[in-house]
Amino acid sequence: MRNTQGCFSFLPDLSDDEIRTQVQYCIEKGWAVNIEFTEDAHPRNTFWEMWGLPMFDIKDAAAVMLELDSCRKVHADDYIRVSGFDSTHGWESLRISFIVNRPKKEPRFRLQRTEGAGRTVRYSLETEPAD
Amino acid sequence: MPVKTRIRQIAALLLVDRVRQRLGLTSETPTLHMSFTGNPGTGKTTVALRMAQILHKLGYIRRGHLISVTRDDLVGQYIGHTAPKTREVLKKAMGGVLFIDEAYYLYRPENERDYGQEAIEILLSVMENQRDDLVVIFAGYADRMDRFFRSNPGFRSRIAHHIDFPDYTDEELMAIAEKMLAAQSYRFDESGAAAFRDYIAARRKQPHFANARSIRNALDRMRLRQANRHFEQPGLVSLEDLMTISAADVRASRVFEMDQERAKGG
Repeated sequence: MRNTQGCFSFLPDLSDDEIRTQVQYCIEKGWAVNIEFTEDAHPRNTFWEMWGLPMFDIKDAAAVMLELDSCRKVHADDYIRVSGFDSTHGWESLRISFIVNRPKKEPRFRLQRTEGAGRTVRYSLETEPAD
Repeated sequence: MPVKTRIRQIAALLLVDRVRQRLGLTSETPTLHMSFTGNPGTGKTTVALRMAQILHKLGYIRRGHLISVTRDDLVGQYIGHTAPKTREVLKKAMGGVLFIDEAYYLYRPENERDYGQEAIEILLSVMENQRDDLVVIFAGYADRMDRFFRSNPGFRSRIAHHIDFPDYTDEELMAIAEKMLAAQSYRFDESGAAAFRDYIAARRKQPHFANARSIRNALDRMRLRQANRHFEQPGLVSLEDLMTISAADVRASRVFEMDQERAKGG
């Protein structure tokens, strides 16, 4: 099932040139660019692992592409996302985040209903085991 | 060949290449890595800065900034420290010019386990594979750079332009001094200029002479003495006085004493 987290996720996958353009936009805005990866792209899993340190003192997107290429070499079959962190006062949060790499076979999620006391129903998303 | 002529030639070549590329006569990016050799204070860093601007204006690099580094910024202190450190610097320089000052220190033949070799290898691969993203300029003394390139043949073939920076003549140094003073709204009076000419001749004979840098430091000290002279002098100081460096400020320099001693001794 195609994972639709972050920006541009309803578009076809971005090409490297498109990623470069987005990253350059982040750099020009003064945001720190991060590369993160995970095996488990459950919507509740917000803390992905970082590939290297946030890049806040670079001038050109080529530097991020260099890191992204080395990350893809190691985590070719994981999710990789690029995010831009705005450190200006009042924001201090991510301003952009988009997926740049997906596993060949993406896991499916299933809605799980749990009956509680009385008429309570609790919902959760469960990753379906890959077959 | 004078540095200015060389730079102009390179700029002309790059411009022509750009036009040829637009007309479909060539397609590959030319190698732009350079080596600047010359004694200290001959303007290598300044020219590198200008070079970054030229390359940026001609569209060969995307950002046009210059990152100036030495061995310490590239080479780590323990195993596994060098590669990330070098990559960090390279990432910072992407889209601009990486200026490696005293590049020959990267290679230490006397220690075969020196981490410099690792930095050199990373540099070489990025210089080759990311020619569109980064221009590297190596700088240092001519003879040591020669030895450096001889022991690392990979560099020689990847560097397109070697520019040699000759020492400045006395006249050139005098012109530089006058320009530096004018930039700060100072000037020599007649005797001051004559004294400074003597100063240049004397300073040149002494060790650690660093061309334009020595001149700049000398001028700083002379401004200090000039200020002190006005401070201790009773009475009013005119605008003219504030702007003028006179012979007294120049002649008080220690360089003259040392020159006389040398004349006596030798």
